[in-house]
Order: sequence, then structure tokens, then C-alpha cells
Amino acid sequence: MTVVDRPATTPASSGGSAGPRLRGNLRQYGMIAALVVIVVLFEILTDGILLKPLNVTNLIMQNGYVLVLAIGMMLVIINREIDLSVGSVAAFVGAVTGVAIVNWGLPWPLVVVGALVTGGLIGAFQGFWIAYARIPAFIVTLGGMLLFRGLSMVVLQGQSIAPFPSGFRQLGSGFVPEFGAGDLHLVTILLGLAGAAVIVWNDWRSRARRREYGLAVPALQWFVLKAVAIVAVIVAFAWVLAVYQGLPIVGLVVIVLTAAYSFVTTSTVVGRHIYAVGGNERAAALSGIATKKTKFWVFVNMGVLAALAGLMFAARLNAATPKAGTNFELDAIAAAFIGGASASGGVGTVVGAIVGGLVMGVMNNGMSLLGLGVDWQQAIKGGVLMLAVAFDVYNKNKSK
Amino acid sequence: MPDHILRMRGITKEFPGVRALDDVNFDVERGTVHALVGENGAGKSTLMKVLSGVYPHGSYEGEILLDSRPCAFRGLRQSEAAGIVIIHQELALIPGMSISENVFLGNERARRGVIDWHATSDETVRLLEKVGLREDPDTPVNALGVGRQQLVEIAKALAKDVKLLILDEPTAALNETDSENLLRLLRDLRDHGITSILISHKLNEVMAVADAITILRDGRTIETLDVADGVDEDRVIRGMVGRDLDHRYPPRTPEIGDVLFEVEGWNVFHPTVPDRQVVRDASLTVRRGEIVGIAGLMGAGRTELAMSVFGRSYGQRISGTLRKDGRELHLATVGDAIAAGLAYVTEDRKELGLLLEEDIRRNVTLANLHRVSRRSVIDLHREVADAEGFLHRLRIKAPGVFTKTGNLSGGNQQKVVLSKWMYTNPDVLILDEPTRGIDVGAKYEIYTIVQGLAAEGKGVLLISSELPELLGMCDRIYVMSQGRITGELGRREATQEAVMRLMTNTPAVAR
Repeated sequence: MTVVDRPATTPASSGGSAGPRLRGNLRQYGMIAALVVIVVLFEILTDGILLKPLNVTNLIMQNGYVLVLAIGMMLVIINREIDLSVGSVAAFVGAVTGVAIVNWGLPWPLVVVGALVTGGLIGAFQGFWIAYARIPAFIVTLGGMLLFRGLSMVVLQGQSIAPFPSGFRQLGSGFVPEFGAGDLHLVTILLGLAGAAVIVWNDWRSRARRREYGLAVPALQWFVLKAVAIVAVIVAFAWVLAVYQGLPIVGLVVIVLTAAYSFVTTSTVVGRHIYAVGGNERAAALSGIATKKTKFWVFVNMGVLAALAGLMFAARLNAATPKAGTNFELDAIAAAFIGGASASGGVGTVVGAIVGGLVMGVMNNGMSLLGLGVDWQQAIKGGVLMLAVAFDVYNKNKSK
Repeated sequence: MPDHILRMRGITKEFPGVRALDDVNFDVERGTVHALVGENGAGKSTLMKVLSGVYPHGSYEGEILLDSRPCAFRGLRQSEAAGIVIIHQELALIPGMSISENVFLGNERARRGVIDWHATSDETVRLLEKVGLREDPDTPVNALGVGRQQLVEIAKALAKDVKLLILDEPTAALNETDSENLLRLLRDLRDHGITSILISHKLNEVMAVADAITILRDGRTIETLDVADGVDEDRVIRGMVGRDLDHRYPPRTPEIGDVLFEVEGWNVFHPTVPDRQVVRDASLTVRRGEIVGIAGLMGAGRTELAMSVFGRSYGQRISGTLRKDGRELHLATVGDAIAAGLAYVTEDRKELGLLLEEDIRRNVTLANLHRVSRRSVIDLHREVADAEGFLHRLRIKAPGVFTKTGNLSGGNQQKVVLSKWMYTNPDVLILDEPTRGIDVGAKYEIYTIVQGLAAEGKGVLLISSELPELLGMCDRIYVMSQGRITGELGRREATQEAVMRLMTNTPAVAR
């Protein structure tokens, strides 16, 4: 087999995947570019407040739970379904957690595990109706949205419950612990360096594996350039956080989840099945994929992530309230679509969902810093969502 | 001088790369039932779409004269306004609506947008009487059997003051009694001055009702026969198939081994209409290294047989026995079927075969991801290497394995589907119309691949609507008609005429 007559491939993407698909990834690069433009724009408009260490830390803490939801929602949308219930499920799980920790005095780590299991069970309940009983997800989760909103009010009897023990609150507002005492948060810098090293090493190993299979390998200078860029961006980001109080726990959770779900979606059999079921359910079934089971587990997963988001929100607020999580589902859905998901299923990436969530988050934050009212913020975000999807549809039609 | 209600002169219709109709002439005399026959793909449906304006005026060459006046229809509405109504094989009724609502759908008896229900009911009763259907006009259509729904369709056509009624395979889904009623109705309508064009694969029905028969073959008019002149079925069959084998097939010396795969006493019922049996008591065998054909016209039950065998992916109340290498198989899911060494290349590669949004690589490995993964983690590099192997081996013309399958040509898409199933390393391959819509060059390549698989000792079941393909490729051919296997022909006995006779054979009235 020769590799000479094949067009030169571009470097593999950062997740260690073999993705030299410049064309396929164009949309995602476009989204990252859009995010950079928005960041630069608000950085200028706010006279440099946006990227101040304090504000970057705030940005992460304000958006962590939406990003967690966006990851789960991306999988649901890739599966060609929708979940409207996640905000209510987050509220319900927060409510149960509040009652269990504050009223019953149960140890919080136990409650956290119980809360995630509860989320999974709720996801299984909804997933059963959607995957096996074939009731449209829109209807099932609309029902779930009302049901769990109502149940959170019942559980809390209409009141807020507070305060949480400090250990639990770390989940929403804590930072990665620091050893020693300096102005700079050393652990954060070390984590950044470690992360960058893992990515670069993965990329290097990927080159070796490609050679092993006789595949084309991008030029060495490409690899070096890319490695330098990755290290630079990550270290700069870590530095900004380290100057303040270090990496928030919320940020750590989001980074770990993004890495884990990226791996699952790009490199595992389960991930492949999720795309296949969403892209063409009947073809997937005829290829021996258990389509119903796949759908079911995607909703179980969404339930667990909704529970996690509920915990993070309650911890940050230091209270369980019946109004928690209002409109979270809409933020998560918007993040997924801005991040490149397709309403016809089978398309989208976890990183895209994060980028989409950050686009929304940076716009929220930037417009607040500018003193724009919530009314205008909503209107502008709505416009951006429509534009992003219209751009996507336009691109798709053009390529046909 | 005959009185022609319709004359279609020199109709030529081209699609990219294919000439579907080539200078077709088609004249229909007023007050007759005129049958239009031909193999699948002969151009019957295309011709009717030209006539009804589905392919608008200007997208084809030639002229259409209705009552001696030239027509330039730009859509169904215009042709219906001129009195031409088509009734398709798949009925266009809205199941939840009543008979009267359906009869006047799009043609409502209304004044300023408000429906006059009295007029609607009265006229529906009158129309139902004409078609011989005694039902309350308020009955929802989905409470009726298929045969009666067909009559509602005709009533709907009559409500539009139809002059020329076109029926596309009207009896395909009907049982015998309903078919007879329908054919009787066609004769009645003729006696009341309504001209019909009947498209049918069932030659016995055509002979029973038609006054004239026009035969299409490969997009050309072969001849128009007057039934009164004493035409018989053999004459018609000769007209339908009388063609040279202009496709070429790679030379091959079959090496046929032991019996590999057996289907015995296979019965399948329709997935949503539980009392409709689509496969009846079918039995067949495939030997190692053998290419076995399944011939049959559309709706004969070939795909249904294949899909129900392949892990019960079609139908319900499936019964019968499957054996591979003499051992009985129980295949409850597609996964079981793949694990047992079966592969099924679907008829419709876009709807059922491919993930069009995904690249070649991901399509190739989809049915056997375990081969490139360890503990459920996919080796992405090996996957690329394996996919590139197929790219070269099957000569898939694409920039690389990361090309979206949706951007490939039909022939290359089909090669990707074949790669996917070759990747599962099956023993028995079922190929359903593997060369449909593919150009001649790609066909030859696909034939070579299929022969190569047989030479490796695999058993191949080839379902095809193209008789020359079956005759050129297969060592043995089973013929299906209306859910039954009506015959088995060895390579020597298999002639186009013999196969066509078995294909158009109605088993219930078989002599």
C-alpha cells in the first residue's frame, strides 16, 4: 500500500484522535474562531476587565453547571432527541440533597453519590418511555420538566433550605488545594503543565502509531508548532487563574468531564453507536447496533449529569431552592446548537458543546460588565443562536 | 380513424447519466383499458410522471396531446384539472379522516372556505355507489381494508371529474377477491366512458381486462398490442425481455462445495397488517462458493424474505428454520445474525445502508467495531489503515477515508457498503439489488468483487430485478411471486422467458 498519492493530511486533533479532517472540523474551528472574536471584542469593550483573573474565575464558576449540562445535551442531540427536563431535574436533585444534608444531617459525600444515582434513575425513567415505549422525547421530557419542577416544590415545601456544610460547598465555590504559600497558586500551574504534557505526549504517540500502520504523518514542524501553541495556551490560562486563587473545583470538574466524554465519543464503541443511531437509526439497527439500548443509556447519562449540575448549583448558591435551574435546559440546548450540533442528528462534538457554552457565557458576562440589562442580553443571545444555526444550515445546503 | 384521448409523442427524459425514456410513443384510445407493462426500470413510472406533470413541462422532450390539444403540465394540480388522475401503489389517503373527507380532500365542497357537509355527504354516497362500495361516508378510512381503501381512491378520482384514470400496480396489495372486484370496476368505468391506464406486473390480470397493451423496455416503446387480435402471455413476455445481454459479466469458473446455508418453511407476516402474509413457506439452500439468485417483481417478497432471515429485521409472526453448516440457527437480532456469519447488503443504500453524514472510515467499521477495538476502545489508527485497505482493494474513488459518504457517487457508496459487510467477514452474503442505479463500469467492478467472495468459499444470495444480471451472475436462480418461491432454475434452464413466466405466475391460480 502506498501513501504517496494521497493528499497531505493535517495534524491530528488534540484529543489524541487520528482526526486529520480539516474539512469536517471546519465548523468546529469556525466556532473556536467565533469564540476568540467574541472574547477579544468584549476584552476591548470592557477595557480589559473580561480577562482579569478575578473575572475569568467568575466566568468559570458562573457557567460550570451549564457546561456540564451541555455535554450531556450534546449526546442527546447527536442521538437526534431532546431533553427539556434537565433544569427541573437539577432543581429536584438539589432539593433532595438539601433535605438530606441540612434537615436529616446525612454525611454529604454519601448524599452526593445518592444524588447522582437519583439523577440516573430519573434519566432511566424518561429513557424508558423514549427508547422502548417510543414516545417522542419532546413530550416525555416536557412532562418531566413539569413533574420534577413540581416535585422540587413539594420536597422543599416552597421554601429554600440553607446552609450547606463547607465541604459540600467546595463543589460550587472551592478551589484546588494549594501547598506552600506564595502569591502564585503553584498547584494550578503544575496541573496546567501536566495537562499540556499529556496532550503533547498523546500527539507524539499518535504519530508513532500512524507510522506503524503505514499512514501518512504530518511534517515535524507542524507537530512542533502545534505543541508549542498548546503549551502556550494552557500555561497562559493556568497563569491567569494562578494569579488569583487557582483553578476552581468547578473548572476541574468541567475539564475532566470534557476530556472523558471527548474520549468516549471519539474513541469508543459506545460513542460510535451514539453517532450511528442519531445519524441513521435504521441503518444502525441493520448494522447490528442495539439502537434502543443506546438511546436509553444516553438519557441515563443525561440524568446523572443533570444531577451533577444541580449539586454544583446548590453548592454555589449555598442553598436548595425550588426555583433553581430555571431555563438551564434552554441554555444547554443553545450551547449544543451554537457548538455545531445538527437538528437532524448524528453530528456534533463534546468540545463543540463546551465552546458553544463558553460563547453564551462570555456574552452574558461581557454584557453584564457593560451594564446591559437582562432584557437586551436575552434578545441578543436569541439572535446569536438563530444566526449560528442559520449559518450551519446554509453551509450544509451549500455543500450539497 | 381511432379516437385517441391521449397521444404522447417522442417523449425523451434524461437524468444525469441515464436516459430513462427514449423517444417513447404512447397512444390511448378513448373508452378503453390500456395496459402498460415492462420490467422494473423499463420506464413505466417515469412516463406516467411525465404525463401527470410531476416532471414539469420543459424537463423532457416530446409532446403530450390530450383530446388533441397540447398540454404543458407543470404539476399534479394542472394535470388533475385537465382530468388525469393517478392512483399510486401506496395509497394517498389520510388514515384518520373519514371517507367523505378523503374523497373531497383538496377539492372540498365549500363556499367561501366553509365546508358544506350536506353536499359532501350526498356526493360521497353517490360516488361510493358508482364504485360499488357500501360504507357509511363518515367511516374513518383506517377502519377499511386495503381493497376498500383502493375503491375510496377511485371515488376520489371520480370526484375530480376524471377522464383518464391511471392505476399503478393497483392489485399489488390486494387479495384475489378484492382484485377481481377492482378489475370488474375498471370494466364498468370503461363502459361509462372513463379511460384507464393500468400498470401491472400481473399479466393474467392484464390479459383479463385490457383492450390494448403497450410494452416498454429500457425506456423505449417496443410495441402496442391489440388484445382483440388474440395476444397471449408468452407474446407479451417476449416483448418485455427480448433484449440482448448487453451487460458484460466477468468470466468465472464456479467451485461449488457443500450446502452452507438453508432456509426451510419460512413464513413472514406484514409488520403492521398482521393478517397479510408476505412470505409463504419459502425454502432455499446456498452452497459454498455458489452465487444463488432470487428473481421476482416488485412486491414479490424478496427483500422481506432476506430481511426477516437477517435477525428478524422485518415483519412479525416469523416462522421457519434456518441452518448453517447443518446446525440450526436462532437469530433474534441483527447482532445474532452478524455473529452467525450473515451479512445483508440493503436494497436502499442511502436510507438503510449508510451514515451519509459520516466518513468512509466510520461506515466501513460500523458493523464490526470489535475488530478494531480492545475493551471497547477503538484503535483509531488501525481503523484508518483498515479502511484505506478497502479503499484500494475495492477501488473506491474518493480523496481519502475521511470523505463523507454522502458526497460519493452511487457506485462508490455501494462499494463502501460492501466494504462494511466484508469487514464483518461473513460466510453468507445476501446482496439486495447491489447494482441499482450504478453505472456500467462500477457494475462490472461490483460483479468482480462478488465473484471474488464466492471464490473464497462464501455463499452469496443475489436479489436482483435485472434479469440479465441474474442470468449472467448466478449458478442457480429461485423465482418468487407473491410471497412464494414459484420455481428454481439451474444455470442451463434459466432463460429470460422462463424466469419471467415464473415471476408473473400468480401462485393461487397457477395452472
